[in-house]
Amino acid sequence: MKPDHLRYDLKIIASWIEPGASILGLGCGEGDLLFWLKKEKNVKERGIEIQESKVVKCIEKGISVLQGDIKEEIEDYPDNAFDYAILSQTLQQVYEPSSLIHSMMRVAKMGVVSFPNFGHIKVRMQLAFKGQAPVTRELPYSWHNTPNIRVLSLEDFEKFSNQVGFKILKKAAINTKNNQRHGKMVSFLPNLFATYGIFLIGKE
Amino acid sequence: MSEYTSHNRNGQTIGIVKKQFFSFAAPPDRLKLESGADIGPVTIAYETCGSLNQDKTNVILVLHALSGDSHVAGYYDPKDAKPGWWDIMVGPGKGIDTDRYFVICSNIIGSCAGSTGPSSINPETGREYGTDFPFITVGDMVETQKALINHLGIKSLLSVIGGSVGGMQALEWCTRFPDMVKSVIPLATTTRHSALAIAFNEVARQAIMADPNWNKGHYYSGKKPDMGLAIARMIGHITYLSDESMRLKFGRKLQNRSALSFEFGAEFQVESYLQYQGNKFIERFDANSFLYITKAADYFDLAGQYGSGSLVKAFSKCKAKFLIVSYTSDWLYPTYQSKEMVKAMKKNNLDVSFCEIDSQWGHDAFLLPSDRLDNLIKGFLRGVPN
Repeated sequence: MKPDHLRYDLKIIASWIEPGASILGLGCGEGDLLFWLKKEKNVKERGIEIQESKVVKCIEKGISVLQGDIKEEIEDYPDNAFDYAILSQTLQQVYEPSSLIHSMMRVAKMGVVSFPNFGHIKVRMQLAFKGQAPVTRELPYSWHNTPNIRVLSLEDFEKFSNQVGFKILKKAAINTKNNQRHGKMVSFLPNLFATYGIFLIGKE
Repeated sequence: MSEYTSHNRNGQTIGIVKKQFFSFAAPPDRLKLESGADIGPVTIAYETCGSLNQDKTNVILVLHALSGDSHVAGYYDPKDAKPGWWDIMVGPGKGIDTDRYFVICSNIIGSCAGSTGPSSINPETGREYGTDFPFITVGDMVETQKALINHLGIKSLLSVIGGSVGGMQALEWCTRFPDMVKSVIPLATTTRHSALAIAFNEVARQAIMADPNWNKGHYYSGKKPDMGLAIARMIGHITYLSDESMRLKFGRKLQNRSALSFEFGAEFQVESYLQYQGNKFIERFDANSFLYITKAADYFDLAGQYGSGSLVKAFSKCKAKFLIVSYTSDWLYPTYQSKEMVKAMKKNNLDVSFCEIDSQWGHDAFLLPSDRLDNLIKGFLRGVPN
């Protein structure tokens, strides 16, 4: 996979990772990011993914991955076993976000967390003017069938970092299009105009 | 394990293969066994597929289960009705690609398909060993495989792959010889038998030993304990299936009749199937081998042997990369047992992949044609540096 084929948000995450680092990918899907990092940055990768069909796709690519629930599987790793733990577009589906972030900060020196921004203008407009639970490209489900049980905005996450006790080392607010293949950074009113937020976090 | 039920005649096959033999441990250099006993000489039957590369770095050792043999793939003769037991997996372009890898499969010590076992002649008496054959362990099986590997001049194994009792040998290999093994694929296996697994084995053994022809294991000059061995095999087959697979395969369907006939014959299809499997088994397997190998499987306990009870400690010297596969409907070695080893490997920072394949076919699923398993194994092997 060439760098161009990586999704825009994953490209940003990839650019933050030091070559040769050890990575834990939580909810790593079909392993696109881990595969790219292994090829291009020579990282030592481990993934956790719950869906069998996606696990098979990872292993076919030669990525080390475990089938299981991220909340349980993360517990077995020794402290500081990894340089980075990556939680890409999964936080919104986690039942206990603070305990998962604590575990990430235990097993890795740094964490990367990305999620769809619930503070985006389209979300706000739908609720304000239609009076309906928002359905957007980034959060495409209806209230009754969504796996996204923890919708949050960029500002929510920053506040959360203070409460839970980790520090934000880097952040990127992005706006993506074309199935997230392309995108751009958002610097003006990011909590209103960014579709996704990506944060690099470290221990206090 | 049972014999696989289907193969693709039109598929690529490695072609004609030959059963080969390696003998060692001739007295006085007898092979010391874990029980403390010793034995010699020892003969191991084996088969190889594919070509060994110049550096001898493309070697894959395939380990068979309880009733398997060294005939892993291909045909001994073009007229053979069936190819080797894992022909669906081992061959040109297949999951274990013989265009890339040199595959070795040997018959385990204690078995009856060419390697030294209870039906072999004891040189000291000139008669079959019978139950004078020493007890063997999974560790002993691996020691004899190591002797074969040494004999072939091979110093390192790209992968050791096995299902069920073959998976136990694979786990033993990477624990006993951590510097020789680059990767391991244990399929549908465990690091130690549960009480349930021991219980089924014990009932199967009792069936053999209760057969009037068993004669304390010295039956080779007379009638064989066929009935006992057939029942043992029937019990085995129950453990290889699952509630779901039996429901789908047989349900309560009757065999060659439309109504119950109030007799003790095989009325239900499941009864007929088990009897068929039992009767087929006695033609090719030795009852004493069944006793010895099931005992070795019951004794196997990786944590007990290498970690004073701790599986984490047992894997602490391992260096290999692992691909562990379990099956949702395997009730002989359920997924929780695979997860236990995954957990212990993670605690040792080992490179481990794990996949639980959704299947209704129970323990035997690993022997059935499955693109999923082919692709998993193929992809994983490509990621192992040689």
